[in-house]
Amino acid sequence: MLMLEAVVIRQDGFEMQADFGVEAGARVAVIGPSGAGKSTLLNAIAGFLDLAEGRVLWDGDEICGKRPGERPIAMLFQDNNLFPHLSVEQNAGLGIDPGMQLNVAQKEQVLQAIARVGLEGLEARKPGQLSGGQQSRAALARVLVQRKPLMLLDEPFAALGPALKDEMLDLVGELASESGATVLMVSHDPRDAERFADQAVMVAEGRAEAPVPVAELLADPPETLRAYLGASRSTVPGG
Amino acid sequence: MARGAFAITKGRFFGWVAAFVVATLLLGPVVAVFVHADSINDELTGEWATVRFTLVQAILSAFLSVALAIPVARALARRRFVGRGVLITLLGAPFILPVIVAVLGLLAVFGRGGVLNSALGWAGVEPISIYGLQGVVLAHVFFNLPLATRIILQGWQGIPGERFRLAASLDMAPRDVFRTLEWPMLWSVLPGAAMVIFALCLSSFAVALTLGGGPRATTIELAIYQAFRFDFDLGRAAMLALLQLVLAGGAAALALWVAVPMGFGAGLDRVVRRWESDGATVRVLDGGVIVLAALFLILPLTMVVLSGLAGLAKMPAAVYSAAGVSVLIALMSTCVTMVLALGLAQRAEIWGYLGLAISPMVVGTGLFLLINPVADPMALALPVIVMVNALMALPFSVRVLGPELRAIETDFGRLADALGMAGWARMRWLYLPRLRRPMGFSAGLAAALSMGDLGVVTLFAATDWATLPLQMYRLMGAYRMEAAAGAGLLLLALSLLLFWFFDRGGRVDVDA
Repeated sequence: MLMLEAVVIRQDGFEMQADFGVEAGARVAVIGPSGAGKSTLLNAIAGFLDLAEGRVLWDGDEICGKRPGERPIAMLFQDNNLFPHLSVEQNAGLGIDPGMQLNVAQKEQVLQAIARVGLEGLEARKPGQLSGGQQSRAALARVLVQRKPLMLLDEPFAALGPALKDEMLDLVGELASESGATVLMVSHDPRDAERFADQAVMVAEGRAEAPVPVAELLADPPETLRAYLGASRSTVPGG
Repeated sequence: MARGAFAITKGRFFGWVAAFVVATLLLGPVVAVFVHADSINDELTGEWATVRFTLVQAILSAFLSVALAIPVARALARRRFVGRGVLITLLGAPFILPVIVAVLGLLAVFGRGGVLNSALGWAGVEPISIYGLQGVVLAHVFFNLPLATRIILQGWQGIPGERFRLAASLDMAPRDVFRTLEWPMLWSVLPGAAMVIFALCLSSFAVALTLGGGPRATTIELAIYQAFRFDFDLGRAAMLALLQLVLAGGAAALALWVAVPMGFGAGLDRVVRRWESDGATVRVLDGGVIVLAALFLILPLTMVVLSGLAGLAKMPAAVYSAAGVSVLIALMSTCVTMVLALGLAQRAEIWGYLGLAISPMVVGTGLFLLINPVADPMALALPVIVMVNALMALPFSVRVLGPELRAIETDFGRLADALGMAGWARMRWLYLPRLRRPMGFSAGLAAALSMGDLGVVTLFAATDWATLPLQMYRLMGAYRMEAAAGAGLLLLALSLLLFWFFDRGGRVDVDA
């Protein structure tokens, strides 16, 4: 499981605290007002930000000293998840070996992952020749071959339309179930949280709270979250 | 973003090796110059005329280039005409034009038997001489007017079109537009442009060698060569190198501090619609300025081509072997430049600019002093010339690659980190493919600069071989002008071909 022990993140006068654990295999939505530090939290876990205090552990091992690429983490950013100069197959291949030295079995693995996300036949395409949804699928193919036990999603599907976004979230859900990966997903849309996650971490006012069931949080949101969600939420039946 | 924690391990080693190589190759010779220099006290009085000429010609060249570039840039900024794009491309050409070729072209137009003097003679006016101060400044303006024009044009196009629309809606006269919009822009752009040109002209060698000379028109760079070649007075050469180091180094530092504009920028093809300058007089003036500037650029080059074609058949065989030597040197020094630039652009960009502060003749003198006690400098001419040419092209390559590399890091650095792409994997799969265009362009610059270089080779070349520019200079010195013109055309063609070859290589089949 993922443990954040007395973590403090400081960045340009901004400070955030986090002290909680996430069960292995859980799907957690990270929600909260914009600017509260949702992405910052994910970047700190992934190793793009140094912690000011505290430790991050995965299955009991401290991962703070490790480089991003060494951590048990596959991450999807808001954009630039693919190298535009490389083909779908090459982009996915980087997930196995960053130097792209693949043996026959690994190449086969890459092709299977591409087929699994529904891009069979498009292996040689470059990202610029794919639609937005197909690009997301290509990035997921890479995540698949990375075989990391923890997936961090920093709103990678924000630019997609609602139907396409739902499709992608469902695909992520399937892939995570198959591999048993733990998923943390930043979202500013409570609908996504309800659709995808079973738990939610609320980030607001310099704190990331311990995860609670999504339904519970949305049914009776604390004051800070209520202001963010707006009045309409109160009329939606919780869960 | 705080990425310091793992930055050190991320293959920055390469960058520091490159910085070390550059520093050693540039600072080693400087130390040698310091050690060997004659005492300045006894000699300086004798060199005062040289120092004064160096400064005067550089100041005049910078002032004239910038002053003349203002109307040209303004006309280009506000006029749309057929051939505008070609003319702007042509403004970039002098940068890769071999100095000695340009000098040949200028001689054909402004020289004793040139086009201009023929016209003057026909009108009964005394012929003008291209040799001396006026010739040196003329050649410098020929090279730097286009550079200044591109820099200033960039400034003009940096003014948002909305401002001109606002000015039109306020019914501003051209004078008001100039005062409120154009003058503040010029004020921010001109000092940098003038400083760069001043610094470049301080280290002028080939122009002074061909159009200057004599006690009244010798730059310090040229004096170093003369101390070597005519007197073999190494102490005096070192002392002159020290003088040059102080002057040019100071100017380069100052230029970097004023923030160097390079005029390489893209996007010069946009013309902002203007309303206040629609009057017929202004249009005619702009047109005249553009025609004059174009003639000033095109006429000498046309003469090179015309007289070159006639001279091609009269070239001695030595020209062809010299061409081979030059191409070889250009290819090797381009490789060195690119490897060093890639290393430096990542972390240690500032080292790349060191070549601006230390002129080729200073490095050449220092290397000669270092090599002389242990080996025959002439025997090591080839590697020395390759290295010096590489170092001199380095500032431009680093200037082109640095911003591109930073943009790549901003866009894809996190993804590469997340995937654990470091060292060679990052270079092979991220930097190299995404840098193809700027690398092709800067390799083209490096190759063309090396191809046309007439500098250190004059110190190191033995009499039995030469680079193409040196061979051409020897032909001119022997008054074999037709053969020299043929060699000039060959040199021009090879320089452009090398640039085109690399630049094209960076462009084809590049997607996304």
